[in-house]
Amino acid sequence: MQRRVIFDNKLLPYLLLAPQVAVTLIFFIWPASQAVWQSVHIQDAFGLRSEFVWFENFTAILTDPNYVSTLRITAVFSLSVAVLSMAVALLLAALADAKIKGAAVYKTLLIWPYALAPAVAAVLWMFIFNPEIGSLGRLLNAMGYNWDYRLNGDQALTMVILAASWKQVSYNFIFFLAGLQAIPRSVLEAANIDGAGPVRRFWTITFPLLSPTTFFLLVVDMVYAFCETFGTIHALTHGGPGKATETLIFRVYQDGVVNNDLGASSAQSVLLMVILIVLTTIQFRFVERKVHYS
Amino acid sequence: MATVEIKNVRKSYGPVEAIKGIDIAIQDGEFLVLLGPSGCGKSTLLRMVAGLESITGGQVVIGGRVVNDLEPKDRDIAMVFQNYALYPHMSVFDNMAYGLKIRGVDKAEIESRVAKAAEILELGRFLTRRPSQLSGGQRQRVAMGRAIVREPAAFLFDEPLSNLDAKLRTQMRIEIKRLQDRLGITSLYVTHDQVEAMTLADRVLVMNHGVAEQIGTPLEVYQRPASLFVAGFIGSPPMNVLDAVIDPSGQGVMMPGGALLPLARPRPSDANRPVKLGIRPEHLAINEDGLDTSPVLVELVEALGADTVVYGRLPDGEPLLIRMSGLPSCKEGDRLAVAPQPGALHLFDTATGRRLED
Ligand SMILES: Nc1ncnc2c1ncn2[C@@H]1O[C@H](COP(=O)(O)OP(=O)(O)OP(=O)(O)O)[C@@H](O)[C@H]1O
Ligand SMILES: [Mg+2]
Repeated sequence: MQRRVIFDNKLLPYLLLAPQVAVTLIFFIWPASQAVWQSVHIQDAFGLRSEFVWFENFTAILTDPNYVSTLRITAVFSLSVAVLSMAVALLLAALADAKIKGAAVYKTLLIWPYALAPAVAAVLWMFIFNPEIGSLGRLLNAMGYNWDYRLNGDQALTMVILAASWKQVSYNFIFFLAGLQAIPRSVLEAANIDGAGPVRRFWTITFPLLSPTTFFLLVVDMVYAFCETFGTIHALTHGGPGKATETLIFRVYQDGVVNNDLGASSAQSVLLMVILIVLTTIQFRFVERKVHYS
Repeated sequence: MATVEIKNVRKSYGPVEAIKGIDIAIQDGEFLVLLGPSGCGKSTLLRMVAGLESITGGQVVIGGRVVNDLEPKDRDIAMVFQNYALYPHMSVFDNMAYGLKIRGVDKAEIESRVAKAAEILELGRFLTRRPSQLSGGQRQRVAMGRAIVREPAAFLFDEPLSNLDAKLRTQMRIEIKRLQDRLGITSLYVTHDQVEAMTLADRVLVMNHGVAEQIGTPLEVYQRPASLFVAGFIGSPPMNVLDAVIDPSGQGVMMPGGALLPLARPRPSDANRPVKLGIRPEHLAINEDGLDTSPVLVELVEALGADTVVYGRLPDGEPLLIRMSGLPSCKEGDRLAVAPQPGALHLFDTATGRRLED
């Protein structure tokens, strides 16, 4: 039986909502509108005067050949991070779902990376990949492969992709494991009796039934790769060498904070917002059609 | 089609022995029902035949081939699950075609087999639907269809009807019976419903605590229960069981109240032996001639329409159930003289509970 609570006081519901509304206003709506306001202005070098310039900031960015390259890097980076972290997480979750000894310990260990601050994680990766002191970096060089992510842009991009994916694996793992455990065992048993081996069962039964989880994680991971990987990139490569690991979010910081060009930086964050909205909409429109919700 | 032999099969979960050595050979085309109370190990035994559960000891032989170490997919069996276990993301057609596609059956053959099964099960209209768009009874039929199209060596059923309401259950039971008559595929059917067992089975295996209490045709199991457990489990309402003693001459059984019931076949060698006496409620009749029988106090009368169940009490306090056809002829507080029909007495050993053969 459901009971509805009825407040006599008309004000109380608004009062209860107020903190959440305040947080949203102060931390989301206000900065976002600031960004929009600044994106159509140009400030002088000292931040004393600003001038309304219509869409000048936007045309400047969009005609900048560097920006196109940043877009390309961001696309490669985000897609790689999403696919890699989901693939690894799914593999680990499938293993954890099977009956193994010490499963509880294994699951706990897998969740640890999520609790690690990006800068700390970056230092760990440095200890692995640094060509002089990193274990793997030294090994690669000793084997004759010329490894130095401080000089080679592709190597740097590979490394930030690895580091950023690694941090997201834990999160994906938890969701995939929960998704796997929600699949009725008898359905997989029925497939086994119908003649499907383990690999076939995975691709024809498990994977389709996991699609709501996979879709959700795709959206979340793309947003993560776009917006929340700043710390990792900042600590590992500073966007370099050259601009090889400069993603959209990193460039927003670079132009706004380092180069003090608030107008350009704001215009970029507005663009970033638009790109994310478009991307998420596309995902919902086209990818979600293939999702089976039970 | 094939025979299925279960040879001294055992199953342990750690120190717990769930199946304690069961032996049965199911003939080609035979419908064997595993019947027993919840937790007796029916599903475990069935799942060992299917290959979903490892076999601790003994052998499972399907079609002359020992399958202990084969995966379910290599055993050439089909199974119908209690919760149907349909593939939720596939249409009804794809659900039925899945096993055939995997086995590389060609497309035309798949379509004709599915169409045939759909016709038998009246699923033609639903082939493009998802399982979630079907009623419980329709899902049940899809699960049956998925098993039929495979044309396997044996069918395994794990309480396939227990999620349906009473009416649908009766209807599906009749459909399964008809299917079995038509297809004649060796079947192993798990249930705890004795009506299903009695109506479907060629033979019934009554299980209790991982042991086969009795294997026989439904009528054998009803007419000559091999143990007190089977006697109490089969028949509704359950058989009355009373403490009694064979009289000194071996001609009859003495009830606690002193009444003497004649035995169909005298057992002089058992004179004075205490026994458990079983009498089915439907084999007791009100004794019109008022012959020497215990007066039974009527405590409750249940009129079911077609027949009546009387909850009575014997003079020494033992409860006694009587089932009569037709409407009640007595009321609470009455005293009745009742007598068993001739030859309707079952005797069991007091210690082992096994039947004393006559
Ligand atoms: N994985 C397991 N670990 C330990 N014990 C188990 C396991 N599976 C089943 N058992 C035990 O084995 C016994 C038989 O179980 P089973 O599922 O075969 O019963 P059942 O006859 O099918 O009962 P029901 O009619 O309720 O389905 C039960 O006592 C159960 O507790
Ligand atoms: Mg069971």
